[in-house]
Amino acid sequence: MKVQLSGIAPEELSELISLVKGVHGFDFSDYGKASLTRRVSRIMSLKKLSFYDLKHRLVNEDGFFQHFLEEVTVNVTEMFRDPNFYRSVNELVIPYLSTYQHVKIWTAGCSSGEEVYSLAILLREAGIKHKCFIYGTDINTEVLKEARKGIYSFRKIKSYAENYVMASLKGSLTDHFTVMYDAATIHSELKQDTLFSVHNLVSDGVFNEFQLITCRNVFIYFDNALQERILDLFYNSLAPHGFLCLGSKETIRSETFRKKFKVINGKENIYQKIGT
Amino acid sequence: MALDPQILKRWQAADIVLIGGSAGSFKLFFSVVKNINADINKTIILVMHRKKNFFSEIEKLFAEHSRIYLKEIADKDELKKNTIYIAPANYHTLIEKEGYFSLDVSEPVWYSKPSIDVTFESAAEVFNGRCAAILLSGANQDGAEGLLKLRQSGSLTIAQDPQEAEMAEMPRSAIDMDAAEFILKTEDIIHLIRT
Repeated sequence: MKVQLSGIAPEELSELISLVKGVHGFDFSDYGKASLTRRVSRIMSLKKLSFYDLKHRLVNEDGFFQHFLEEVTVNVTEMFRDPNFYRSVNELVIPYLSTYQHVKIWTAGCSSGEEVYSLAILLREAGIKHKCFIYGTDINTEVLKEARKGIYSFRKIKSYAENYVMASLKGSLTDHFTVMYDAATIHSELKQDTLFSVHNLVSDGVFNEFQLITCRNVFIYFDNALQERILDLFYNSLAPHGFLCLGSKETIRSETFRKKFKVINGKENIYQKIGT
Repeated sequence: MALDPQILKRWQAADIVLIGGSAGSFKLFFSVVKNINADINKTIILVMHRKKNFFSEIEKLFAEHSRIYLKEIADKDELKKNTIYIAPANYHTLIEKEGYFSLDVSEPVWYSKPSIDVTFESAAEVFNGRCAAILLSGANQDGAEGLLKLRQSGSLTIAQDPQEAEMAEMPRSAIDMDAAEFILKTEDIIHLIRT
């Protein structure tokens, strides 16, 4: 059996990146190349496109870019992914948020909304949901539609149930959903005070001031220089002493920002802004 | 039995060692870790299938028995010599040509995350022929295609003898695909690691 060594060659990838930037205004130049190569190669193989076909459709076919964007970015997420993270937020961040009259939270790279609703559940269980507002943003309009609906397959919800129990929350995850046949809809009360909108971390700026920003498993797709630029955006979007939560395998590597954030939990990568 | 000098030569020339395994590979992984010499002068990357949320004490146990530094991979960790890296659960591990790891949370491959194929294929693209890769016991075909790509890129590729593997399917798939240049007995794998 003969297997193709690689879908897209490095020089083709660079060409594609400049084409997408020029035609559609999305800049992937500082994305990690290993994952991007794999995602683009995957699209080419699923759709049986040559490099030439791919370029042609990106330039000439309406709507193809949106589809490309959905496929090239990773939208795999879970409710209560890394249960220990949610336990730590409960212990270390919620008490701080409780001291505020009004709390604003930003989940950057929210995909289909699972993380936003996990936070909403956590806040409700802590009794402070009524004074919190959660903004979920992503570069992908399609996944945001899913997030706004808050409807997930029952199969998925069942697969998140173990995370929920391990996060030490009472009852079960399905308590927060209305299950109809094979679909589970998040309770409307949990959807209240959430807003989902498009925001591109690479090119868009500060839009509000937050007590908590979560951005989990997004940095893994960015190179170190881009991570640093986005840390600057987050720093400027945080209220004094506000919290930043990265993914469990993502740390602040930039020397500059190591000095601007205090480590609150080094295992789950929960940080607090120092200075104003 | 003495090892084929050809294998030894290629092993010694490799900068990166990749080992993948699934069900039934734990014991052999553990022996590998215990038998790596302090002066191996290579980067060792282990990809073991495991369940998310069960943060086994694997890293701790392995670190206690390893003569060189051992760590679970975090995103953007640099690849260093004389270090054993373990792919974390619930992520795929990729390698960037600049010499660091990138993690990825995309769909499982062969129902597995970490997937051995993903790491092996990434290594094949980045390192050309500079790797030595070993595929151990497992109950699915993850790793076979990745091993083939490593072989095609000029790296040394080895499958554990399926007759000795607790679960034969994984090394068997690699052999059927002609991805393994050599098939080694368990004791020869350990012997190779020690050289």
